[in-house]
Amino acid sequence: MSFMDEPIPGENLPILPGHTSFGRLERVLREGHFTITSEMAPPDSADPQEVFKQAALFDGVADAINATDGSGANCHMSSVGVCSLLTRKGYSMVMQISCRDKNRIAIQGDVLGASAMGVANMLCLTGDGVQAGDHPEAKPVFDLDSVTLLNTLKTMRDESRFLSGRKLDTPPHSFLGAAANPFAEPKEFRVDRLAKKIEAGAQFIQTQYCFDIPVFKEYIDRAGDKGLLDKVFILAGIGPMASARSATWIRDNVPGIHIPDWVIKRLDDAENPKQEGREICIELMQQLKEIQGVAGIHVMAYRQESAVRELVMKSGVLGDRTPWIPSTQE
Amino acid sequence: MYSVRKWTVSHAKSFNRVYKTLENTLSALHPVWKKIGYERVEKPVAFVEKHVKGLLFDCQMCGQCVLHETGMSCPMNCPKTLRNGPCGGVRANGNCEVKPEMRCVWVEAWRGDQIINDNQSIAGSRESISNVQIAVDHSLKGRSSWLNEIRIKHENKSAKDTSS
Repeated sequence: MSFMDEPIPGENLPILPGHTSFGRLERVLREGHFTITSEMAPPDSADPQEVFKQAALFDGVADAINATDGSGANCHMSSVGVCSLLTRKGYSMVMQISCRDKNRIAIQGDVLGASAMGVANMLCLTGDGVQAGDHPEAKPVFDLDSVTLLNTLKTMRDESRFLSGRKLDTPPHSFLGAAANPFAEPKEFRVDRLAKKIEAGAQFIQTQYCFDIPVFKEYIDRAGDKGLLDKVFILAGIGPMASARSATWIRDNVPGIHIPDWVIKRLDDAENPKQEGREICIELMQQLKEIQGVAGIHVMAYRQESAVRELVMKSGVLGDRTPWIPSTQE
Repeated sequence: MYSVRKWTVSHAKSFNRVYKTLENTLSALHPVWKKIGYERVEKPVAFVEKHVKGLLFDCQMCGQCVLHETGMSCPMNCPKTLRNGPCGGVRANGNCEVKPEMRCVWVEAWRGDQIINDNQSIAGSRESISNVQIAVDHSLKGRSSWLNEIRIKHENKSAKDTSS
């Protein structure tokens, strides 16, 4: 899909009344379309072609692409670099910002730079601890946390100033996002935590993998009871597991990822576990679409990015809508 | 000390009360602090605060205490120093992602908050723990948060008085 006021690729969309950003993602969500976002793994490379190749995997199936920021505390090309390359082509990017590696001076500078490069969406994350990654000897920064980061970016956008109070000549017109994990302890506190993120500035949420639909539903219901669903777009996280072995490993070793036994059993029983993992994912996408209050799905297909197209197409969650494709614009 | 820290959370209600009383007492002494000079009492008060709160809460002397809003569990003991709630990496057993042998300080904070609020339903008032905490001012590290709070309180009050 493209908009009536579609600019030439690389330029920003006009900001509509009631919108805060010049980006495609906010447009699609506010128009009420069931939205797909996905996630690319920035390369261990200085070659821009690697970035373009990865992004093309999502052409026509994702409304926005997340560029992770040293995910799992592993070093890769920076999210600001990836986003800047891809916005030049017209892609709608979600720039992930982790508080682990940068203090408030670096982050605010990056946000201005990214916004100038046409990055409309900023996902505010605390980030994994350094012990999880390939540089455990690094100094963890954590000057801000995800909530104070949201608050910082909201201040920059709405009050046109840095956190210090110093004025900005032109504020970044951002659409602000945050992550949520409805499945981690203390579960009772998770909805309050969501409320805090919304109060601090979150306009969209991308959740951790949703394998446990009943727990997720309860979370959404409670968020609805608190009136939070009118204030934020929830994109439910999903992804294919490659095998019972890898799913078990993730469950045991990646804190915060909850994979119920039935998923592992189905993968274990399957003749072709990889395909079964994708089938599970498709079924979950269809179920998530039916939950009232879910605005879309965030597909995290780590090391299976090339399967995202199949997942989205087979699930049918987009209906007859095709997200923006770069080639049609040129 | 970790075991003392857990014990104080278990008695969050009493400690919350003691803490408030202490704050009121110190606040009432504002004329005294002012007369001696806040900067001159800073060092001795910070010394006492560091040792008392260090023993009870593993206080890290951030200089801007939020214990009364975090169920008496000090958020600066979180390896990511999260002041607004738990990260997404809390383990299924409620322990920390970074330090697997340690209970998540926010699991503890939630427990303490429930004790303070007498296990009221979730829909009930969760005023304090739900407050959005602003970014930490690292320039206050090592300073007395007691004196800091009292000074700010009285400055705001006198600013209000002069403006009205």
